[in-house]
Amino acid sequence: MNRKKKTVAMLLAGGQGSRLGVLTAKKAKPAVTYGGKYRIIDFPLSNCAHSGIDTVGVLTQYRPLELNTYIGTGAPWDLDTLTGGAYILPPFSRTGDAGEWYTGTANAIYQNIGFVEQFDPDDVIVLSGDHIYKMNYKWLLDAHKEKDADATIAVIPVSMEEATRFGIMNTDDDLRITEFEEKPEHPKNNLASMGVYAFKWSTLRKYLVADADDPASSNDFGKNIIPAMLANGEKLYAYEFGGYWKDVGTIESLWDANMELLTPDPPFNLYDDPWRIFSRNPNSPPHYVAGGAVVRNAIVCEGCSIYGTVENSILSESVVIEKGAVVKNSIIMSGTKILAGSQITMSIIDEEAVVGKNCVIGAPHDNDAEVKQIAVIGREIHIPPGGRVAAGEEVRS
Amino acid sequence: MIREAFGMIYASEEMTNLRELVDSRAVGALPVGGKYRVLDFPLSNMVNSDIRNVGVITSRNYNSLMDHLGSGKAWDLSRKSDGLFILTPFSLRENPGIYRGKVEALRSSMDYIRRAKQEYVVLTGATFVYNLNFDEMMRYHIESGADLTVLYRHTTPGTQLDSRAHEVLLDIDPSGRVTGLEVNPVLTSLGAHSLKTYIVRKDILIYLVDDSYSKGEYKFSEGLLRSNLDRLRIMGFEHTGYVGAMRSVASYYKVNMEFLREDIRAALFPASHPIYTKTQDSVPTKYISTADTQSSLIANGCVLEGRVENSVIFRNVHVGKDAVIKDSIVLPNTVIAEGAELDHVILDKNVRVRARSRLVGNADFPVVIRKGGMV
Repeated sequence: MNRKKKTVAMLLAGGQGSRLGVLTAKKAKPAVTYGGKYRIIDFPLSNCAHSGIDTVGVLTQYRPLELNTYIGTGAPWDLDTLTGGAYILPPFSRTGDAGEWYTGTANAIYQNIGFVEQFDPDDVIVLSGDHIYKMNYKWLLDAHKEKDADATIAVIPVSMEEATRFGIMNTDDDLRITEFEEKPEHPKNNLASMGVYAFKWSTLRKYLVADADDPASSNDFGKNIIPAMLANGEKLYAYEFGGYWKDVGTIESLWDANMELLTPDPPFNLYDDPWRIFSRNPNSPPHYVAGGAVVRNAIVCEGCSIYGTVENSILSESVVIEKGAVVKNSIIMSGTKILAGSQITMSIIDEEAVVGKNCVIGAPHDNDAEVKQIAVIGREIHIPPGGRVAAGEEVRS
Repeated sequence: MIREAFGMIYASEEMTNLRELVDSRAVGALPVGGKYRVLDFPLSNMVNSDIRNVGVITSRNYNSLMDHLGSGKAWDLSRKSDGLFILTPFSLRENPGIYRGKVEALRSSMDYIRRAKQEYVVLTGATFVYNLNFDEMMRYHIESGADLTVLYRHTTPGTQLDSRAHEVLLDIDPSGRVTGLEVNPVLTSLGAHSLKTYIVRKDILIYLVDDSYSKGEYKFSEGLLRSNLDRLRIMGFEHTGYVGAMRSVASYYKVNMEFLREDIRAALFPASHPIYTKTQDSVPTKYISTADTQSSLIANGCVLEGRVENSVIFRNVHVGKDAVIKDSIVLPNTVIAEGAELDHVILDKNVRVRARSRLVGNADFPVVIRKGGMV
């Protein structure tokens, strides 16, 4: 059967996201909630759907259960086409060996060369399940083809100070990459890699195989594959992306990215229809705001019941805010209940948690503090009535 | 279910009292409760009762119904065996495809009925909103040795009825048997309202439909049921939970307003029996800092800047600054500009309300702005 596809997407979704602490204790980072109803992985998956890429391999490793259930056949992103689909690709064993974990991002693709070859693609795009952005991968692929590149790396301009935290591409005037520096102390350029790559499959395949044979390699795209390609003089180009792109890898950045949505003119607009972000929709009735409730400057999903006060906050699906409870500057994830009289400030509360009556969780931001002190309560945790959780504290059990 | 059944939903009831709301849609396609269509309730009831083969009978204006149902996937009815079947008007030698009653509609759907593999049929309509698992009714049907079981609810006898609403009242003896039947009485002593939902063995239904049709009886209650009250053992099964009836603009308004009551939402949306509907991937609703919302049901995709009180707001509605919406129902994709005031108003889909306009109705006569209207 001819299953040829011009482009196959490989989505790296195996990362733990350890800097998200208790939020990723039981699930992988791509399954973390953002903007009330979305999960981070909804963004690359929706981007694929809108960019006309219907064959997506999702590479999972760390705590994949929730992610696997969430992705299913890919139908919510319209990926369950006749010849395409969303394919969950966990590590597996082969004849004569016991199999092994994915040792790095490049190794994850290497172990799935067989999957990619089924589709005999011209190009493969490698995506990360860690970022919030809307991007038409077709434009990246057009640039890639136009320059007949071996690899095209999507980059985004960052400030020179921030550049020290990213993988930076040094390019010539034609955007051809001359050098790649991972987290440079003294950056020469401000074009940061977004973790979005287009590769000519024939070239990538060669490098993946060579990389797998090198016992010294850490099997990583940024550390090994890209430098090796550059060293051999392959044609690598940067593609400059002008839109919003955010790595929500830390508690603070996740909180910031959510709060940005509440600003009057948010830098990232979820409300533009043509590039709608798809997600798995729960079966909940509309949300209810009771008499006496206050809901201001907030994002609220279906199934919620609000009897108290919600300000500058984001509520995921089926959250209950009881009477007299006050939620400010916080993110409350799905199914969580905040019982009567509790005060929630500068907090992130994960799914299915219960905050008992008259608790005080978090504290207002102290302007003198250098970093934001965000209280975090893990999934399914019950805070007993009258409980206290200090600013910046993390409740794991 | 304790016996295998297939489901049939008669979604082509003519309800002229719903006026402009049903000008361009079937009653079953009426939006209700902030994100649902009336048909979602009977359809979810079927699915929650493990009925996996459902035929939906449509007649006029079935476009919006088809659009909503699609392949039936949202109800898990897009299946390789059985699933959802949309039975569009089918002209026979004897009729042109516009049904003179449910009996004629069933006769036109005979191919589907004959082909169904299940022994029983649960036949219902799309004008009532309730949440019920049909298991118990089936058990009652079997145990009472009924030929046909009718679902009913109790209301206070002597209630003044809307004479044009096609009310069917049942006389039920102490054993539970239906012994009499009134259609559209102006004043009645009977307190059992038929919910026009039936369980019957498939072969009996086929016989009854053919028999009634040959006698020129096209209506189900006043024809088929009434003439068989003596011959058959027709039993009544009471539904004690909430029922919302779509009969007129006023009752459409009332039912939507009842969704604002916590006890009614609890009855309609128990966690064990979800109501499924086609979802639209709308963004969550955004409340701006000037928003003031009280006692209201709000779907996804809205942007609220003004005051909303005691209202049901469907998805993708924009309420402008200083707008005041009171005791109103706002259907999807509607924009209410700054400073507009709505009081007891039903805005159909895609309506635009200009800045500072003012519309006032009352509970018996809510103002209705038709689909796509501009005020």
